[in-house]
Amino acid sequence: MPLIELKHVVGGYGGAPILNGVNMAIEQSDIGVIVGPNGAGKSTTLKAIFGLLKVTAGTIDFLGENVANSLPDKLVPKGLSFVPQEKNVFTSMSVEENLEMGAFTRKDSFAETMAWVYEMFPVLAEKRRQPAGELSGGQRQMVAMGRALMSKPKLLMLDEPSAGLSPRYVIEIFETIVRVNAEGVGILMVEQNARQALAFASKGFVLAGGQNRFTGTGAELIADPEVAKSFLGG
Amino acid sequence: MIRRSLSLFAGLFVLILVVGWLMGLPFTSSRLVEAAAYALIALGLNIQWGYGGLFNFGIMGFLMLGGFAVTFMSYPVNAEFWGGDGPMLLGRALLAFALGVLLVLAARRSDRIGITGRWKATLVVLAWFVGYCVYRSQIDPAAAYIEANAGFVGGLGLNAVFGWIFGGILAAGVAYIVGKIALGLRTDYLAIATIGISEIIRALIKNMDWLTRGTLTVSPIPWPTPLPQDYQAGGADQVTALLLARGGYLALAIVVLGLAMWLVSRAYSGPWGRMMRAIRDNHIAAASMGKDVKSRQLEIFIFGSVLMGIGGAMLVSFTQIFDPSSYQPINHTFLIWVMIIVGGAGNNWGAVFGAVLIWLVWVVSEPVAKAIFETISYWSTTVGWSEIPDIESRSAQMRVFVLGLVITIALRYAPKGLIPERVRQDA
Amino acid sequence: MTELVFFINQVVIAGAVLGCIYALGAVGITLIFGILRFAHFAHSELMTSGAFFAFMLAALFASWGIVTPIPTGFVVLPLAMVMSAIFALGIDKGFYAPLRKRGAKPVILLIASIGVTLMVQGLIRLFFGAGSYSFFETETKDVFRIDTSFLGSTRPLVITEPQLLMIVVTVISVLALHLFLTRSRLGKAMRAMADNADLAQVSGINTALVVRVTWVVAGALACMAGTMLALDVTLKPDLAFNIIIPIFAAAIVGGLGQAYGAIAGGLLIGFAESLAVFNWTMVLRPLNAVLPEWAQLPATLALVPTEYKLTVAFVILVVVLLVRPTGIFKGASS
Repeated sequence: MPLIELKHVVGGYGGAPILNGVNMAIEQSDIGVIVGPNGAGKSTTLKAIFGLLKVTAGTIDFLGENVANSLPDKLVPKGLSFVPQEKNVFTSMSVEENLEMGAFTRKDSFAETMAWVYEMFPVLAEKRRQPAGELSGGQRQMVAMGRALMSKPKLLMLDEPSAGLSPRYVIEIFETIVRVNAEGVGILMVEQNARQALAFASKGFVLAGGQNRFTGTGAELIADPEVAKSFLGG
Repeated sequence: MIRRSLSLFAGLFVLILVVGWLMGLPFTSSRLVEAAAYALIALGLNIQWGYGGLFNFGIMGFLMLGGFAVTFMSYPVNAEFWGGDGPMLLGRALLAFALGVLLVLAARRSDRIGITGRWKATLVVLAWFVGYCVYRSQIDPAAAYIEANAGFVGGLGLNAVFGWIFGGILAAGVAYIVGKIALGLRTDYLAIATIGISEIIRALIKNMDWLTRGTLTVSPIPWPTPLPQDYQAGGADQVTALLLARGGYLALAIVVLGLAMWLVSRAYSGPWGRMMRAIRDNHIAAASMGKDVKSRQLEIFIFGSVLMGIGGAMLVSFTQIFDPSSYQPINHTFLIWVMIIVGGAGNNWGAVFGAVLIWLVWVVSEPVAKAIFETISYWSTTVGWSEIPDIESRSAQMRVFVLGLVITIALRYAPKGLIPERVRQDA
Repeated sequence: MTELVFFINQVVIAGAVLGCIYALGAVGITLIFGILRFAHFAHSELMTSGAFFAFMLAALFASWGIVTPIPTGFVVLPLAMVMSAIFALGIDKGFYAPLRKRGAKPVILLIASIGVTLMVQGLIRLFFGAGSYSFFETETKDVFRIDTSFLGSTRPLVITEPQLLMIVVTVISVLALHLFLTRSRLGKAMRAMADNADLAQVSGINTALVVRVTWVVAGALACMAGTMLALDVTLKPDLAFNIIIPIFAAAIVGGLGQAYGAIAGGLLIGFAESLAVFNWTMVLRPLNAVLPEWAQLPATLALVPTEYKLTVAFVILVVVLLVRPTGIFKGASS
């Protein structure tokens, strides 16, 4: 049984549906990458999983239970976490408080998790008392990921984690994602840097018009001439 | 849509008849004249909020300006004031005021002689302070002198219609200043800013005894049309005289209202109105298309305020007394808002309908509440419980509750009002 | 020295008392704005109704013959705050929550809060009439007169017992609020939601719970402010309605959404108001001896006549909005 499985998901913001039957399956050991042109429904898929828009048909099974249209405060304790693309830190709060907010749903002690996050992002440990709004773009992305990891998720979803970062930071963020995955957290992410991301993806999904166009391992998709021609820029 | 509006107005007409039958003709005719004035005021708010999306919580201030204007224009001339030193003292105060203005203006331009930054800011503050002190040093004795010797400046003895016009002009002037300061603000800030301004106007009018007689009130203020007494002097019996006089006033009020509605709907259906709707619905897009959002909004704010000023003047000349302490935000600001919300923001007929309906509800809820309380009191005493104390004053407060209830119900179940805005296809 | 003591009595004490009340009211407004993004106009009615809750409880205590060493108003305050918190929750559930659910714009909620203002005020007047009440009908208002003759002053320093308690209670509440916002899980969640509501939801924060906590805190603080105002002056149905402008001014000057800004703004406006109406002749009178005949000080020399006290808050508000539109402590911009 996969960790999460989307079957024929249809949904949108109330008007015409943006997703017209998306299918996906991710294991806890997977790094799934969604690529596709603008308006293909990539971010919308993540938001649909996270209950931020209405799913009108299809099922989203997480650990064998249909969670379609559940709200985040129910999903986070089940083991789902989401890093939005923009405005993904609490700018007026310190780094440490940002991390605490990620653990809001946890009733147990989260000191150990916090130590783990600081170990993964040593620079955050240095700046733990500083307001997150004062950090650089790359550091903010680390705070956002750290916050999402504080709930000890089974699946971490990231919406364009490399957007707006300098090439050096893009590599750093991707390396971190691989490291998080190695610690046993499934990854599902949307990426604009498609070729780079598919290179380390165990599963790749090419979306267009709110539907799957191609599915395969990252390497397969890169090798597919049609995918390369239409979606990876030659 | 038209059918719905017609049936609503027919219902309103029946309501007026019922009120007339229950409360008598003198009561009802007075309320109708007032309703016409409130309709004009509601039209003003409809322009600002319904058309322009501008928040105005300072309606009371504009009504007071209108009331003061009509008092000043139409009240008989006060010979004691004009015969004494008052005008001279006031002239000196005016000069002092002009001097203060000059000082501030000069300070604001001090960068031309090389004073900049912090020093300039200090100089401007200092100029404000000195100008204020100079003005106070002249106006305080002038005010004291006038109050002691002549009471107050009195009026100009003109026809009240000039007072209505002056009310509109005065409101326009204040609206210009307010708009310049506050229109750039966010909605919440604009709400607070306009409340604050109306409170300042109230404080000024209430306390400038030399100009307005303040809490001592001014009366009787003449009507623009013949009074019942005039008809009675002409030989008419009491009831006919009353009806003729009130009818005349009502006719004049309706003419003003009709004229205003005609002007507003003409303007609104033209290119100006299209631009206004574009600005209201998306002022960022409108601004990026090169529309001068700020001056359009200023125009609409002034236009709406003019109607409020005139309406306020009409109310005061009708009641013949200008009592600054009778103005309350509940009665003179929020009441108008309820009229617009219930009637339908963005629709002139909705505004007029809401104004008449809510005004009737407002004036009728007191006697109705009294009747209800008396009935309950009767029952409670017959079963041996005590009666309700102070029924008079309690029922007077009931209408505030009713007003709040009406507005919350309207927002919940008819958020667009009873006669909603017609969404045109032309944009 | 007499002049200095007079100044302290008229400006420092009066300003502090007024500032405390404004601050407690403004904190509620600013918290509600931070979480729900609308200007809660009916906050004045939460204050007034809170004062009436306290008044009823105090009357109940008096009728049971309970005598307390400090004014009963303060003794019953915690209970009245609980009642006010429940009342605030009820208002939200009854009037604001349905509109929010429909996705109404903040300005519609602002208008709805006017409706609530009218209803609550109507109800208060219905039950209590339009007259005024005093907490000190059965007990006496103790006045402390601190002899300052050792400083060479002929006047004593005057402060009433409620005023003294009021300042103490405000300081304690502000500290408690500070600890709540910076140490507790819910307090931090409140700050998080005010900072970025979408992200708070994504983090799994139970936003409905945060909204409820906000109303509880705002309602309780409003009750405290209203009761203390009523203890200082008298209790009447338009008690807080008359001071809603300075309170809003305090919240805006401090930066909407900023709890500490609201406290600073409240104190600023409180002191500014008492300073503006202060009669300087009382302090400068000794100068009359050296001033020539024509330049003698008038009997009253105040920056603003007392009748125009209300305008002070407003002028400060306008100046701050023009110079620094987001308030002194950079507040919410949307």
